[in-house]
Amino acid sequence: MDLLFSAVTTGVLLGCFYAAVSIGLSVSFGLLDVPQVAHPAFLVLASYAVYFLNEQYELDPLLAGLLITPLLFVLGVVVYRIYYETFERRGSDAAVRGIAFFFGVAFIIEVLIILQFGVDQRSVAASYIGKAWRFGGMRIPLRLLVAFAVASGLTTLLALYLSKTFMGRAIRAVAQDQEAVRLMGANPVRIKQWAFGIATAVLGIAGALLIIVAPVDPTLDRAYIGRTFCVVVMAGLGSMTGTLIAAIILGISETIVLTLFGASWAPAISFALLLGVLAVRPQGLLGRR
Amino acid sequence: MKRGAIAFWAGAALFLALVLVLTQIIGNEYPFFAGYVILQFIVLAVAWSILGGYAGYVNFGTSAFFGVGVYTAVFLVQSIGAPLYLQIAVAAAVGAVLGFAVGLLTLRMQGIFFSIATIALTIIIETSVTNWRDLGGAAGIQIQRPPVTAPFHTYVQLLFFVQALLVVLAVAIARYIQNSWIGRGLQALKDDELAAECTGVPTLRLKVAACVISGALMSAAGAPAAMYLQYADPGSAFNLNYSVSVLAMALIGGSAHWIGPVIGAILLGITQQLLAVTISSEVNVLVLGVMLVLFVVGAPEGIIGIFRKFAAPRAEGKP
Repeated sequence: MDLLFSAVTTGVLLGCFYAAVSIGLSVSFGLLDVPQVAHPAFLVLASYAVYFLNEQYELDPLLAGLLITPLLFVLGVVVYRIYYETFERRGSDAAVRGIAFFFGVAFIIEVLIILQFGVDQRSVAASYIGKAWRFGGMRIPLRLLVAFAVASGLTTLLALYLSKTFMGRAIRAVAQDQEAVRLMGANPVRIKQWAFGIATAVLGIAGALLIIVAPVDPTLDRAYIGRTFCVVVMAGLGSMTGTLIAAIILGISETIVLTLFGASWAPAISFALLLGVLAVRPQGLLGRR
Repeated sequence: MKRGAIAFWAGAALFLALVLVLTQIIGNEYPFFAGYVILQFIVLAVAWSILGGYAGYVNFGTSAFFGVGVYTAVFLVQSIGAPLYLQIAVAAAVGAVLGFAVGLLTLRMQGIFFSIATIALTIIIETSVTNWRDLGGAAGIQIQRPPVTAPFHTYVQLLFFVQALLVVLAVAIARYIQNSWIGRGLQALKDDELAAECTGVPTLRLKVAACVISGALMSAAGAPAAMYLQYADPGSAFNLNYSVSVLAMALIGGSAHWIGPVIGAILLGITQQLLAVTISSEVNVLVLGVMLVLFVVGAPEGIIGIFRKFAAPRAEGKP
């Protein structure tokens, strides 16, 4: 019982962290229907940028994450622009090649990181890493608590942005009916470009959290393809509340399987959940359709 | 059509004869060692485009089929000491079953969902094999090659010839599909699945058939790899690098015609061999990724598309 309680607590904390790394994909793939397979690769790239700043200038990882956010925004805008010009505008067959495009981009990023930093695991230094809090018999790493707090904040902020601000509502309008937005005299492509920029920009903080929670290696993005897509699909594409719930479900499932069967089964959990959701309830928990 | 068929089979026979002669006159083992990989990628790329090129379902799970082929062979060697042809045959059968399962996935998933599901399948199978202690687990397993049979001098030469046979088989199947009603049906469902279904194309049966054939060929191509490396481990047998390489080869060559993936695999296969020897295997993947991205952005029909544009500008007149 104690073990289960501990697993669920860790699972919830881990889940909120998963929500933070998936929320960008929830916008780019969930709302904009862009097959962003390279999202986890961008995430790992952000982690390495944070690592670099932390190593060279001894910046706090979270501050470093905040610093690279504008760069990531520009990167997102550029990537969407290329995607739009070469695939989205050309129509039907383009979808197939769009997927291949992002898959290729993911591999390029992976290799560039390997060439620059090598294949070894990297981690950051900060005052809250390595310590732990005790609640009764339970020991919770402080790094996980920091990640939990920041992740919840980030997820809430983005959810508020999408529901309360003018631009956020415009993004959701584009997701619902692009033609209607065009008829209202707005340019859907510019809104989507902005949204994709935001979706990539949040990876700054998310990447910082990734390297705070655990050491990072260049091929980590492969595991996160499963986690992020599992969360976004289970959430029901584009639902922010759903993203949080789905991420917590994933976090708890992973922690429970980990305690019961051991770490060697860990990589399969998110993918198995994802397959299950796709097969049984493709529209997700809180689906649009 | 008839004359084309004769030319094709004559070409295939010539190719096999050439391979056989080469194994007899070249004493050095390295050309076969390198050539084997290229032949293996030809089979994989041709098999990939049966589903990915004709039907438009982007399969990221090449490594799943490949790894299943490798581990079927490993299992058969470890348990009953099966000969090579049996390893390949059983691997093809297992690949076909897996392909059937993937075909059922297409029932509910299209586009990116299908692609992600195939990655998911890869990781799940890899994790299961990693946890299968009898097959070596994560550390991998050593395999002993049996003595080589005449007329070959080394086992690598034998494997080279076997893989060349698989190339002919794969290309013949792809060519048959492309020229028959199956290929036209797949083409129709690629353009518009709903419209195809409405006009009486049995889309589900065709998709499942394409998955089964493609899967069987990929696993068959993977089976000899166990003997080739004399070693197998889940991390490299199921490596996603196979998926991206094969995807790149098929798309760079052009996946609308069977010759496309063959050209792509030869071109990229040779480039990869050269880069791996001269620079490093990381740069190898980098070049592959960059070429993939450049081609899907700049030359969507691949090399055969570029060729067609110059050869028959009127036929491809549409933008």
